[in-house]
Order: sequence, then C-alpha cells, then structure tokens
Amino acid sequence: MNLLEIEDLSVEVDGKRILDGVDLEIPEGESHVLFGPNGSGKTSILMTILGFPDYKVVSGRIRFDGVDITNMSIDERVKRGMGIAFQRPPAIRGVKLGDIVHNFLKSDAEAMKKEAELCDALKFEKEFLSRDLNRGFSGGEMKKSEILQVLAQKPKFAMLDEPDSGVDIENLAIIGKVINNFLKESSGLLITHVGYILRYVEVDKGHVLIKGEIACSGEPIKILDQILKEGYGWCEKCLQIKGWCKNVNR
Amino acid sequence: MDGVKNVYKLKGGVRMSTDRERVLKVEDKPATLGPDLDIREFTREAKAWSACPVPLLPKDIVLQSLSAGIRADEKDRVGTYFQIDHSVVFQGIQKVFEGKIDLMSTKDAFNKYDWFKDYWWRLVQPDTDKYTALAERNWDHGYFIRVLEGQKVTLPLQSCLFVSKDGLNQNVHNIIILEPEAEAQVITGCVVHPNVQKGLHVGVSEFYLKKGAKLTFTMIHNWSQNFHVRPRTAVLIEDEAKFVNNYICLKPVKSLQMYPVAYCKGVDSKVRFNSILYGGGNSYIDFGAKIVLQGAGSRGEVISNAIASDRAQIYARGLLVGEHSESKAHLECRGLLLSDKALIHAVPELTAKVGGTELSHEAAVGKIGEDQVQYLMARGFSEADARSLIVRGFMDVTIFGLPDELKDGIKRIVDEAVKGAL
Ligand SMILES: Nc1ncnc2c1ncn2[C@@H]1O[C@H](COP(=O)(O)OP(=O)(O)OP(=O)(O)O)[C@@H](O)[C@H]1O
Ligand SMILES: [Mg+2]
Repeated sequence: MNLLEIEDLSVEVDGKRILDGVDLEIPEGESHVLFGPNGSGKTSILMTILGFPDYKVVSGRIRFDGVDITNMSIDERVKRGMGIAFQRPPAIRGVKLGDIVHNFLKSDAEAMKKEAELCDALKFEKEFLSRDLNRGFSGGEMKKSEILQVLAQKPKFAMLDEPDSGVDIENLAIIGKVINNFLKESSGLLITHVGYILRYVEVDKGHVLIKGEIACSGEPIKILDQILKEGYGWCEKCLQIKGWCKNVNR
Repeated sequence: MDGVKNVYKLKGGVRMSTDRERVLKVEDKPATLGPDLDIREFTREAKAWSACPVPLLPKDIVLQSLSAGIRADEKDRVGTYFQIDHSVVFQGIQKVFEGKIDLMSTKDAFNKYDWFKDYWWRLVQPDTDKYTALAERNWDHGYFIRVLEGQKVTLPLQSCLFVSKDGLNQNVHNIIILEPEAEAQVITGCVVHPNVQKGLHVGVSEFYLKKGAKLTFTMIHNWSQNFHVRPRTAVLIEDEAKFVNNYICLKPVKSLQMYPVAYCKGVDSKVRFNSILYGGGNSYIDFGAKIVLQGAGSRGEVISNAIASDRAQIYARGLLVGEHSESKAHLECRGLLLSDKALIHAVPELTAKVGGTELSHEAAVGKIGEDQVQYLMARGFSEADARSLIVRGFMDVTIFGLPDELKDGIKRIVDEAVKGAL
C-alpha cells in the first residue's frame, strides 16, 4: 500500500508557480530520495506535503495513509504521523529545544532516559536541550537538533531536507547511521545534493526534480552517478522528452 | 544628584519639613510622561489594620500576595514587611538575622535613627511632580531595609504593599541601604485585592549600595483594570557595588508610568535592569530605565521584554548616559504585539558626554513570526499552543541570571499569567 500519494500536484507561492503537475508515490516501508538543482522546488514539495499555508495547492491532491490530507492543518498532519527535519529552521527566542523533545516523549519517567539515549546516539551534548531553539546553533548543530526532534517524534513518515549539508565527515557518519536505523523501521523522503548521506542510508528509489517537475525516477545510486558525472543538464534534456526516461534503469 | 536638604523631626507623629513649601508649589505639576491624573479622584480614607502575623491574614489577601511572590508562610524568606492600605500589619526578621538586618517601616526608622534623614529625599526630589509631592504630603509608611556591613544574606527578604480598598490612594516611601560588602535579595510585591478596581499607588524608592554591596531587587506588580501607578525610584551605586533590578508586571493596569534611574557613581559599579511586561486590556504603560555611568569601569545593562495585547499601549524607554570615559552600557528593548489594536513604542536613547564611553542599543518590535508558529506546529503543537509557547518564551526569565529559587518562582508566576491571558 502507498503511504504517500501525490497526484498531479501544482503549487504556487505568492502567485508564482513552483511545482507543476508532480506525481509521487511512496509505498509503506520505503524511503525515497529527491535530487534537483537549487531552487527546483525540493523544499517546496516537503512544505506542501506538510501543509505550510504559504504553499497554495492550485491543483492535485495529497493522500497520506489512505486519507486525503490536502486541506489539513500542519499539526493534524503531524498527528497522523508525518515528521520533518527542516533545511533552514527558524530560531525561536525563549523556546528550548527540550520543550519540543519533552513534548514528544510525553511519559516523564521514561523520557529522561530516552532523551539521553537519543543525544548519545547523535553525539549531541545534552546542554543543547536547554538552549533556545537554533539560536546561535552552528550549521551542524542545527542539523543534529532537527534530527533529534524527528527521532523523539518517531513519525511513520520522515521528511529530511538536506540532513548532510554543512556536516563534517565524522558527524556525517553519525547522522547517517542514525537516520538509516530509523528509516529501516519506517518510511521517508530524503533530500540531498551530493548524496554523501547515501553512503550510510539505504533508499529504495530516487527522483529528480527540475523546475518544479519530476524529470525522472529510478535507481537512486545510478541517478546520482549520472548527476555527478553529467550534472543536471542531463536531466533537463530528459524532461524535454518527458515520458521517455521516467524510469531510469529500473 | 544633589538631594534636597530636608530637616525632619517627628513631633507627636507630625513630621516637619523645610521643603513643605517647595512641595506645595508642585502639587498640580503633571509628570513629564504618562497621562495626567486628578489626585482628588482617589480617597485617603482607609480603615486602620491592626498588627497581625502574616499567615493569619485573611485568606484572600494571603492568596493574592502569593501571586506577587510573597510567601505568607515565610518559607525561604529571611524577613517580611507587610503593609495593607495605610497600615503596617507586620514587620519582622528571623531571629538569626537580628542585629544583622534592619527591617521596619520608614516611619519607625525615622524614630529609631537620627541619621535616617540623610537618606530621605536624597536621590529622588520631592518636587519632581505632583506624585512625589503627594508622597511627601500624604506619606503612608513604606519599608526600610538595611543590611549591615559584610552580611551576606542568601535568602530573600520580602515586602508586600497591598491595597484592599477600592478607590484608595496609597503613597509609600521606601529606603534600602546595603552597607559595605553586604549582599541581599529583596522581593517586593505590589498587589491589590480582587475587589479593588480603581486606585492610585505612588511609591518613592531610594536605594543605596555602598562599597562592594550586591542587591538583587525583584518587584512584581499585580494591579487591576482601573488602577494607576506612579513609582519614583533612584539608586546610588558605589565602588564595586552591583545592583540587579528585576521588574515584572503581567496584569492589566489603567496607567503605569515609571522611569527608575541608577547612578553608577563608584569605580567598577554595575547595574542591570531586567523587565518583563504583559500589557492587556486597556493598559497604558510607560516604563523604562535610566543608567548614568559616572565611575571608572562602570557598567550597565537594560533588557526589557514587553508584550502588548488587546488595546494596550506600551512605551518602552531606556536612557544610557556616559559621563566617564571608561564606562560601558547596553540597552535591549524587545516588543511583541499580539493584537492589531495594541501599540508598542520603543524609545532607546544614548547620551555620551565624554569620549571613550561605549553605549549601544538594540530594539525590535513586531508580531509573532508566522514561521515560528508553523515550525512548532510541524512539531505537533496546535496553533494556539504554539503561540503560547512563543509568548512564554518571549518572557523567558532564564536570561536574567537569577538564583534558581527565585528564577523558578518567577517562571511559575509568568506561566500562570500567560495561561490566564491567552
Ligand atoms: N516562501 C516563498 N516565497 C517566495 N518564493 C519562494 C518561497 N518558497 C519557495 N520559493 C521559490 O520557489 C522555488 C523553489 O524553492 P525551494 O526552496 O523549494 O527550492 P529547493 O529545490 O529546495 O532549493 P535548494 O536546493 O536551494 O534548497 C525557488 O525559486 C524559491 O525562490
Ligand atoms: Mg531546499
């Protein structure tokens, strides 16, 4: 069964079209990766899936776990089992990372232990829990904080927007392994530019987004190799003869 | 800075002042800031309350004062001053601190100490405006706290100024003296009874921190919809002394105008003003802090966080004056607007009178960032919960660097107030 089904999705922000007729299906238990050049609309897809109001769905629909969620509020979607690690989360004065983590972990007795385990797994100092969200966090710390929150939430479906960008080699391994362990038990959609994280994370399928359209889908490592070799120009050509190369080497 | 020279004598309970005439001249002089009030609208008639141990006070009074940080059981408090309307109902310190701390009404202090007059109307001028004049003419006690040389008191002293009668005018004049190397924490709660809607509270406060003294002064205000408040505060900070002022006002008030001033006179003297205000209803709040840097190495900081909801109008001021070439101060003014009908006006001012003084300010006023609300919703919070989390975060007291006990107490008070307000 498909956990996520996106059908002919077109989205506008401030009257500007940023997604154009996107179709995407992610079966239960699978994790997919999304590639695409800067500004192609990758983050926009995640924001739309999660229901951010700036992203106006002008056509199409999104089904999650068998239910049409196209018009649901963000928190309703999250309650249904969606989670996200943002590419660029905002800083919030006075709101502590711990406030969010504790809210997810609920049960007080177990929470402290779980919290410590999660921080341990990510090699993330527990002091960060009492710091204001993202205020003065370094790039890598921000990524860890985002992933920590997703792990505390344990969503059915996790969207991870560039968890590997700006992360050093050692932390990449730490983050990569944690994400892989998590995705083994659930489903997800991962965005990466150069694919470093794919050294650690096994994914089932890859998609390439060009100018708001899915240009191709297929074997993730093969797609990545093509992109690294030929750049996205290869995909753009592909888009021109859409339909022909929708499934690379599958 | 030169206080007005007064000669006071208590003669059969009547206080004489050579400045009485001077004060008479300003009885109708409006304050430079804030709405002008007709003092005759408020009554001076109050029943006399007899002395009473704080835990035996009526339950409603005990409960209400708790909301301003005053503990009737005196747990973790070194001493208590409790004034209702124009009467002192309790004043006392724990036995172990006798001879180390003075705590009594300022009227008693006049009787007890000849030198007390040297601290009276020294930092605040009685002819500043009609409110200081009122406090001079109709003076209703107020607390006197003195911590003797070298005494370091880790638990707080508390003082409650309570108004129990609707329409009342209460004028207190408070003095705090920290002798050299003394350390203390003082919590002052200004509270009205739930039945009190209208009234006028004038509070003159003059604080003296001598060499090496440290005072953390926390004032919590709990007023009501039609109440007017005019504090007049000045603090003198001598060599290596440090003054931390925490001000919290979370309940609606008709009008509040105060602009306390700290004179960092001493070498390496330090001051910090922290404030958290939540203006709801029709509150008109004009508040701020002034710091005058006079000593070599003097340092000052003003941090104010103000929230305006409903139709509240908040003027958040700050003035740093650098008079010494080796001095430094920073002013931070943040405002959060929760309603389109509310207003926050930040007025940060810097005056450098000599080269070398480093003065800076930051001011930011705006609504809750929608990106922040959406972020928290993406973490499963409902929109309302996300907003309240942000508002509470805005009033975060952890940045004030308070001792844990005090911090937790204030945090509880803030959380309660936000829950009630949102
Ligand atoms: N809130 C917004 N307001 C205006 N334009 C937006 C907004 N969100 C996205 N866009 C525009 O939509 C396009 C797609 O942006 P998006 O962030 O989805 O790209 P991306 O593929 O994630 O890029 P990157 O690899 O740089 O993260 C961009 O041109 C961007 O400027
Ligand atoms: Mg992006």
